[in-house]
Amino acid sequence: MVDVIKPATKHGRNATLLSIIPGFGQFYNKQYVKGFTFLILTISFFFSFLDTLNWGFWGLLTLGTIAGLDHSIFLLIDGIIALIITAIGLGIYVFNMYDAYNTGKKRDLGFMISSVKEQYHNLLDSGFPYLMISPGFLLLIFVVIFPLLFVILLSFTNYDLYHSPPAKLVDWVGIQNYIDIFTLDLWRKTFIGVLGWTIVWTFVATTFQVALGIFLAIIVNQKDLKGKAIIRTVFILPWAVPAFVSILIFSGMFNESFGVINTGILHAFGIDPVPWMTEENWTRFALIFIQTWLGFPFIFAMTTGVLQSIPDELYEAANVDGATIWQKFTKITLPMILFATAPIIITQYTFNFNNFNVIFLFNGGGPAIPGQNAGGSDILISWIYSLTMTSAQYGKAAAITMLLSIVVVTVALWQFKRSKSFKEEDMN
Amino acid sequence: MSMKKNKIIRLTVSYLIILLMCAVVIYPLLWVIGSSFNPGQSLSGATMFPKDPTTAHYAYLFDQEKSNYISWYVNSLKISIITMISTIILVSFTAYSFSRYRFLGRKNGLLTFLILQMIPNFAALIAIFVLANRTGLIDTHLGLILIYVGGQIPMNTWLMKGYLDTIPKELDESAKVDGASHIRIFVQIIMPLAKPIIAVVALFAFIAPFGDFILARIILRSNEKFTMGVGLYEMVAKQFGKDFTTFAAGSVLIAIPIAILFLCFQKYFVSGLTAGGTKG
Repeated sequence: MVDVIKPATKHGRNATLLSIIPGFGQFYNKQYVKGFTFLILTISFFFSFLDTLNWGFWGLLTLGTIAGLDHSIFLLIDGIIALIITAIGLGIYVFNMYDAYNTGKKRDLGFMISSVKEQYHNLLDSGFPYLMISPGFLLLIFVVIFPLLFVILLSFTNYDLYHSPPAKLVDWVGIQNYIDIFTLDLWRKTFIGVLGWTIVWTFVATTFQVALGIFLAIIVNQKDLKGKAIIRTVFILPWAVPAFVSILIFSGMFNESFGVINTGILHAFGIDPVPWMTEENWTRFALIFIQTWLGFPFIFAMTTGVLQSIPDELYEAANVDGATIWQKFTKITLPMILFATAPIIITQYTFNFNNFNVIFLFNGGGPAIPGQNAGGSDILISWIYSLTMTSAQYGKAAAITMLLSIVVVTVALWQFKRSKSFKEEDMN
Repeated sequence: MSMKKNKIIRLTVSYLIILLMCAVVIYPLLWVIGSSFNPGQSLSGATMFPKDPTTAHYAYLFDQEKSNYISWYVNSLKISIITMISTIILVSFTAYSFSRYRFLGRKNGLLTFLILQMIPNFAALIAIFVLANRTGLIDTHLGLILIYVGGQIPMNTWLMKGYLDTIPKELDESAKVDGASHIRIFVQIIMPLAKPIIAVVALFAFIAPFGDFILARIILRSNEKFTMGVGLYEMVAKQFGKDFTTFAAGSVLIAIPIAILFLCFQKYFVSGLTAGGTKG
């Protein structure tokens, strides 16, 4: 047992307190080169960014004061840049304190302070991971985090067709967009309608594709079935053809005037043409059929892999015990499949929740519905798209994006909490 | 002999189901191939096996004066390949750091990646649209590639990090003792061992931009800069049905090579996704 001796000196605390002015903690620790680096970094940071920050935060707070001169959206963008610069600055600042504290602590415990040369090597060693991460991380900041911050902020503004820079100013409106979505009749009705269909769509389409995929995999995997290789290749085809191509093909096939479904197949059975593209429920029906067609091969391939890995002994043992086919299926096959593919099945649900391509390419979210501003087959993400691209309701679209992201992140976090990798990962 | 009878019934029913499914799967594909050989522009009166098949639509697509189809093809390939290469480089950097080094901010970095990979990056489509306009990256392939690569980083970093974690640390530690530099360990020891996961990441990073529609649609404005997805969509959306046979020819030309490529690499896909699904 090693006794923890409370050090007599308090270099750690002192250094941390001194590095409130960056560099001084390092001076205290007699690391002059490092101290100067921090000090100069801080001074140059303020000199080069003071104007940017000043301008940025002013813009962020006011979103401009003179219509026609101040461009609110550009000000918002500059404001976010100011926020990011501030965050990076604070990061360096905290690192400076952390470094001073660590070195001070080492002195407290009686270690030698590393020399300039050693510091240089330390910097290379400890800096290497940062160096490697920075290109990817910088890109991530600009193309993923930046847009997300922008959407979050946008959802609290009234940016739309009537408040459109440069002619007009955009203003902060607090949570007015969210209130509107839930209280204004048109918006509430549309939102609830779209959300309802999004949920139905997610569950029905995904469940169909999962069930069909598993079912077919089990059928094809029967021992005495011939031609497995060719059957499997055919069943993988819908996955192999790029989805946007298949969806556009289907939208041609379901076309009411020339599509082969109406003129060929249904006609052959003596069934009257069906209004696939103009009647809401028929569009939805067709969409679920198409998504099942597109999605089952993926589950089929996964399940096939799982089935091939189930040891024969399990079934032989079950045979000895006199199990029926049904018992073997429910007690061995199905649990094995579901256990191995559960995470993938869950990602299929989140994927379909945001499956823009199939909705948009098939019928553009249509048909139009009187009394609401979304089409009959619009799901949340395609509604956001049309609010942005066609009706310029940016503020409202951003608010809906936020609501949608909350749902997706909640589901995904819940799933990852349960997943193995998260538990195994040492997060230190 | 009821066992035998049972077996025959079971197999017959199985074959019938399989036959039906094969028909459902193949019919749309055959239909579009048939349409592409139909004379005329519209489909009214078209048949799956036209009596007087024509390759006029294919010729039209290859005629660069009339159609930008070749450009779309080149654009799609170019964007997907550049995205793939950039993604591999950036992701191997980040994944290696997260897997091998313990540094301040590592935990938060990993958590950030975890959350970011859950939000599809087109969720911020308003922002992407406005920002691309502001930065002048609208209607450029560079803008599109940057967004694709950025969107690929979080998920693939987790995927690759999971794989790198399984490579024994003793390997790089002994190399370190022998005096190998950080870069040398990374390039000469770890990367060669990570080839299988690099292949998986490469596949994902190629297929995602190739199959994407929404981001390309937001960013690209002029016809000759379109990717395959946007180009084909515009072709049918403008005057639906008018150009359907030409569209069909275009679909065939893109679907066949991709499908063949896909069927060849399908195994890696499945292994990558199961690794990512159960572990990542």
